[in-house]
Amino acid sequence: MHAASPDRMSPEVTRTPSASAMWLRAISMTCAAMLMASCKEGVLDPHGPVGKAERVILYDSTAIMLAVVIPVIVLTLVFAWWFRAKNRRARYRPDFEYSGRIEMIIWSIPALVIVFLGGIAWTGSHDLDPPVPLAESTAPLDIEVISLDWRWLFIYPHEGIASLNRLVVPAGVPLRFRLTSTTVMNSFFVPQLGSQIYAMPNMVTRLNLEADQPGTFEGLSAQFSGDGFSDMRFNLVSMAPEAFKEWASTTKTQGGVLDTSTIAELVKPAKAEGAQTYAQVSEGLFDRISSGHMAAVSPQRGQ
Amino acid sequence: MGRLSWAAIPFDQPVVMIASGTVGFVIFCVLALVTVKGWWPYLWREWITSVDHKRIGVMYILLALLMLVRGFSDAMLMRSQLALAAGHAQGYLPPEHYDQIFSAHGTIMIFFVAMPFVVGLMNFVLPLQLGVRDVAFPVLNSVSFWLTAAGVLLVNVSLVVGEFARTGWLAYPPLSEVAYSPGVGVDYYLWSLQISGLGTLLSGINLLTTILKLRAPGMGYRQMPIFCWTALASNLLIVASFPILTATFAMLLLDRYCGFHFFTNDLGGNPMMYINLIWSWGHPEVYILILPAFGVFSEVVATFSGKPLFGRRSMVMATMVICVLSFLVWLHHFFTMGAGADVNGFFGIMTMIIAVPTGVKIFNWLFTLYGGRIRFTVPVYWAIGFMVTFVIGGMTGVLMAIPPADFVLHNSLFLIAHFHNVAIGGVVFGVMAGISYWFPKAFGFTLHERLGKAVFWCWFVGFYLAFMPLYVLGLMGATRRMQHYSNIHWQPLMLVALAGALLILLGIALTGVQLAVSIRQRERNRDVTGDPWNGRTLEWSTPSPPPAWNFSHLPQVGRADAFWATKQEPVAAEDRNAKRTYGSLHIPRNNPTGVYLAFFAVLLGFSLIWRIWWGAGLGLLGAIVVGLMQAWRTDGEIEVPAEKVEAFERIHGVKGRAV
Repeated sequence: MHAASPDRMSPEVTRTPSASAMWLRAISMTCAAMLMASCKEGVLDPHGPVGKAERVILYDSTAIMLAVVIPVIVLTLVFAWWFRAKNRRARYRPDFEYSGRIEMIIWSIPALVIVFLGGIAWTGSHDLDPPVPLAESTAPLDIEVISLDWRWLFIYPHEGIASLNRLVVPAGVPLRFRLTSTTVMNSFFVPQLGSQIYAMPNMVTRLNLEADQPGTFEGLSAQFSGDGFSDMRFNLVSMAPEAFKEWASTTKTQGGVLDTSTIAELVKPAKAEGAQTYAQVSEGLFDRISSGHMAAVSPQRGQ
Repeated sequence: MGRLSWAAIPFDQPVVMIASGTVGFVIFCVLALVTVKGWWPYLWREWITSVDHKRIGVMYILLALLMLVRGFSDAMLMRSQLALAAGHAQGYLPPEHYDQIFSAHGTIMIFFVAMPFVVGLMNFVLPLQLGVRDVAFPVLNSVSFWLTAAGVLLVNVSLVVGEFARTGWLAYPPLSEVAYSPGVGVDYYLWSLQISGLGTLLSGINLLTTILKLRAPGMGYRQMPIFCWTALASNLLIVASFPILTATFAMLLLDRYCGFHFFTNDLGGNPMMYINLIWSWGHPEVYILILPAFGVFSEVVATFSGKPLFGRRSMVMATMVICVLSFLVWLHHFFTMGAGADVNGFFGIMTMIIAVPTGVKIFNWLFTLYGGRIRFTVPVYWAIGFMVTFVIGGMTGVLMAIPPADFVLHNSLFLIAHFHNVAIGGVVFGVMAGISYWFPKAFGFTLHERLGKAVFWCWFVGFYLAFMPLYVLGLMGATRRMQHYSNIHWQPLMLVALAGALLILLGIALTGVQLAVSIRQRERNRDVTGDPWNGRTLEWSTPSPPPAWNFSHLPQVGRADAFWATKQEPVAAEDRNAKRTYGSLHIPRNNPTGVYLAFFAVLLGFSLIWRIWWGAGLGLLGAIVVGLMQAWRTDGEIEVPAEKVEAFERIHGVKGRAV
């Protein structure tokens, strides 16, 4: 591959006008600014073990792939430039169409990358399988999530309370979610905590997350569900475990009852506005909804 | 009139009325011009009823270009809406309108832009590259095209009469069921895709048969040009996967029209079934589109490097491996549905394995460039732009094939950026390369070179501006299909994306300018040799444009790059002067079956959408009658006398290097 050797290439490269260097600098600065902006929020700024593990996977696998992708891009440009028809110093090899050695290399490079990444994919999907409980000594907090048109309802079965459009959780305690929907499919997603999972009618999905410090994180539906979808957002408020206990006991003394008749009201399409809590939740409500045994849960959307 | 009434036309929505009014006016003007100038007989004879694969290919591409403008105006609406609707702002498109726009954008771009582009290219190129006179079933070919056009018409009618689906481009139930989408939007979606999908399936059967059964004498699979190989893989996938789409839509139609419960929430319906089915069509569909684009790049890179394709066997193997594996990866579209670690892990790894043959292809093009004498024509710009861009899209694709990575990227703008990265950087770039490469073959003159390069730069830079910010936004937690967002930090990036979209718009406009200028300067850029690029495959051995019969003598093929090989052999003087004998040829006669069928298909579809049962009956009956009439036709061919063939060859002399 003498024709593309770096020392013979260099005069060509340095001769390119400085305008392109300026462009390059401008582009790389824009990219850097964009990347920095993305690091301050969203999935690259995780606040829980699941999100952090997923960020490691994102970084590792991107790095592995860039090790191949960047050389390929550079080689493409270099080959195209060097072997341009006008370059009389480049050797024209009109019959160069096969080389067993190169063939072996070009099959093995992507294959090796995929062996690496395949390992990450296999172990990652087992370690971070949404229904698998987090390996922590603290007992998890159970939360039942119901997606409505277009709001989120969170039931705390052991506390016997519920909250609409605001999810309050203790920091440093594993959260064990069960999810279902009274309507179409939605996807329950708090980007800064990690994994999302679909909430589906007549179906229960499970998800385990944890917030490792107090804070307020935005949650959303990541699966389009109709006209009110864009507002189907909620705040996840993570607080110290004692503060959470206090919140739970205060909630127990205020607010109405969540039962079949309240649900019948809640399933009617409405914009996600304001948070609300319920002091009492009728027994087995989530299971009745998720098993489809609630007549109230079949709303018809108007046109 | 079923559900149809004047209320179906949105007189109260100025945006829709102005847009459709303008389109209606333009259509009216064009029709008036055609009528006044008396062009109808010409159009009817030479194009509408033509069963010539070259004409049909050109019509497919024109249709795709038109729909590109439609689909892209949807894109502009979305980008401008999202540039505005930050914080408390709601933008100018309410959700019920915005939801139709993104659904229409996806549907149109995949089914009515990308598909007709790719099918059009295959239609035009395949018989010429295979060295044969037409496709296997020329009339069926015309039927396929007109059914696609019928689907296009129905989608566009939904703009004015009624509404389009508000469900996203794959219409997931239960959202697309009557309980949640009671209007006609989903019905428009379903019927237009059922009709055009039938056209695509027929076209797939046709092209597949052509490749398998009609090759020039001596052309075995080992001698077949690489574009034909990719087309073979693509059409195998069409034949195998489009029936799944039709069956899935048929089940959803039964749910919607007859109260069935395949995918409903109640009475045992299971929406997850639909999602599995639609993606077992949907993922092969991705490869239906990209494989022919790979074929174009293979031809372009080899031709303009002045070299045979490096590692041809590898390339063929990689293509066929992708063809098979594409059916084993569909689940990666919904890792977040809760399938479990083993299933997710399996499909994640299968998805990554597809990246191996794809990576091999990239290296093959790379080593085709190596040692070449590269002429930087417009198709080469697209090819290099593709190689640089596509590897980035491939990388983000493999990233999302890792289930835990997908758990945070699924349905985000990162995903949107990824598939536009491969769809624009792969399919669109490939089609644009193909159009500028084969344009002189179709019309006899080359396209304006500098304008072509300007178009490339607009698309290339525009793509990066429009979609790199979307990668970042996705990482920041922005999800797809949102009509507004509260986080004002996202707005600057949305504005950059809008600027990129505007640049692409300029590129599309310049394509129009390029066509106009090229047509005006056609005498200057006339291709008199039939071989403007020093090509390697058989299509370049014909005059530009080729006669209706393509080849007066079917070429004898001994190896791949058959035409290149012929050009290398010195032609003995006696051979050059040898008098060739010409026989009369039979070519298929014009046939209006396709356009009549499309007429009744539109009537049938429109009536079913609006529940006008008598209209549906009429449409169905008409289609059956047209079909029966075609079945009884016996005058399928006309004879071209030997003298006419000889006269043509003498004028357009293929320079005695007939293969």
